[in-house]
Amino acid sequence: MNTTERLGWSRNEMAQKAAQDIPDGSYVNLGIGMPELIADHVPAGIEVIYHTENGLLGMGPVPEKGQEDIELINAGKKYVTAINGASFFHHADSFTMIRGGHLDISILGALQVCEKGDLANWSTGKPGAIPAVGGAMDLVAGVKNVWVITDHNTKDGQFKLVNNCSFPLTGKGVVDRVYTNLAIIEITEEGLKVREMAPGVTFDYLQEKTEPKLLQ
Amino acid sequence: MINKLVGSDTEAVSDIFDGAIVMIGGFGEAGSPIELIHRLIDLGSKNLTVVSNNTGSGNVGIAALIENRQVSKMICSFPRSTNSVVFPELYRAGEIELELVPQGTLAERIRAGGAGIPAFYTPSSVNTPLAEGKEIREFNGQAYVLEYGIKADFSLVKCETADRYGNLTYHKTARNFSPIMCTAGSMTIVQAKHIVEPGGIDPENVITPGIFVNRVVEINAPQHESILVTNGERYPR
Repeated sequence: MNTTERLGWSRNEMAQKAAQDIPDGSYVNLGIGMPELIADHVPAGIEVIYHTENGLLGMGPVPEKGQEDIELINAGKKYVTAINGASFFHHADSFTMIRGGHLDISILGALQVCEKGDLANWSTGKPGAIPAVGGAMDLVAGVKNVWVITDHNTKDGQFKLVNNCSFPLTGKGVVDRVYTNLAIIEITEEGLKVREMAPGVTFDYLQEKTEPKLLQ
Repeated sequence: MINKLVGSDTEAVSDIFDGAIVMIGGFGEAGSPIELIHRLIDLGSKNLTVVSNNTGSGNVGIAALIENRQVSKMICSFPRSTNSVVFPELYRAGEIELELVPQGTLAERIRAGGAGIPAFYTPSSVNTPLAEGKEIREFNGQAYVLEYGIKADFSLVKCETADRYGNLTYHKTARNFSPIMCTAGSMTIVQAKHIVEPGGIDPENVITPGIFVNRVVEINAPQHESILVTNGERYPR
């Protein structure tokens, strides 16, 4: 197996797939990293309000060079803008939105997702690693729909879709859907159900790259 | 007459004692009261427990406070970030204690502390290592973990505009933890970019009512952590 091969959708195509599934009028929290790309791909005519847990509802795109405000940032501590109609609030209100079930969709990265929807995305548990959790545990505990966007396998070819997470959990039974470079997979009561495969990916190939048994 | 304005940042932090619990506002550098932190470094109080979302970057602000060995314990949600070097080194060497708390739980613990609520149940962290050893209770068939409110001896906060009553407004995402930390501190110390006369802030726009604030000092050109870090500055120099 060539462990560096990366078949299927590009990162932008993955982001586009996820963006196309966001219903008009949704309140959405995008995690740090690949989830941030999704905002660039929301189709015209669809209005999505982005929440960032450090206290902004109505986050807009990255500012033009020279227009940055050091105190207008997102959860990844990158400079952002505020749309017309945005609001600022303190952290307890921000997590009232999250834990109180007011946000529609949370899209996160992952280290591992298991077939029951358990998510591990904050710590490899390795000695010497600095554990940092941020808002991930609150997001998966409170947001109605939790989607994961991630490469299908690790860089060295390990499974990321696993029977049981070996890394410390972020939440148990919380993930509803996974977007990878190979496929879009729903987490159902029966197991992992393949909704769509990237061009050139066969079911057998996808199964080979996935630890739990897949359902067609 | 009520007048919470004090003459200098040095005076504002002068009674922070060894072993104090100190909340420090800010999310990354946004809202970080860097001048108050640097005066706390000048003061040299030791064995502090610091409650703040992050552990600072470079060798200024919270990172410098940690580097100066004044902090024995951090309570935070995200103790690493780009340019974060001081905390990781001391943590790996076993020289600083970490209480890692999910960000929403941290916010609610501070809010509860300020609101006179000793403890609460939250769904965040259930079935994860961060809930180990804590009381779990079911409500309506769902599991929740018991978490305790936090109060501080001192809260250090940066705001945009203040008046002598301690009414405060903030700037954009620099607000973050500061309003709730103002409520949870026995002694809440604020650095304000602008001081206005009472009435200069429309009551409809007051974010932190003055009752939660004890001292205000004007710092009208606050330094920015990222600029200091880019320039390779350290504190103390």
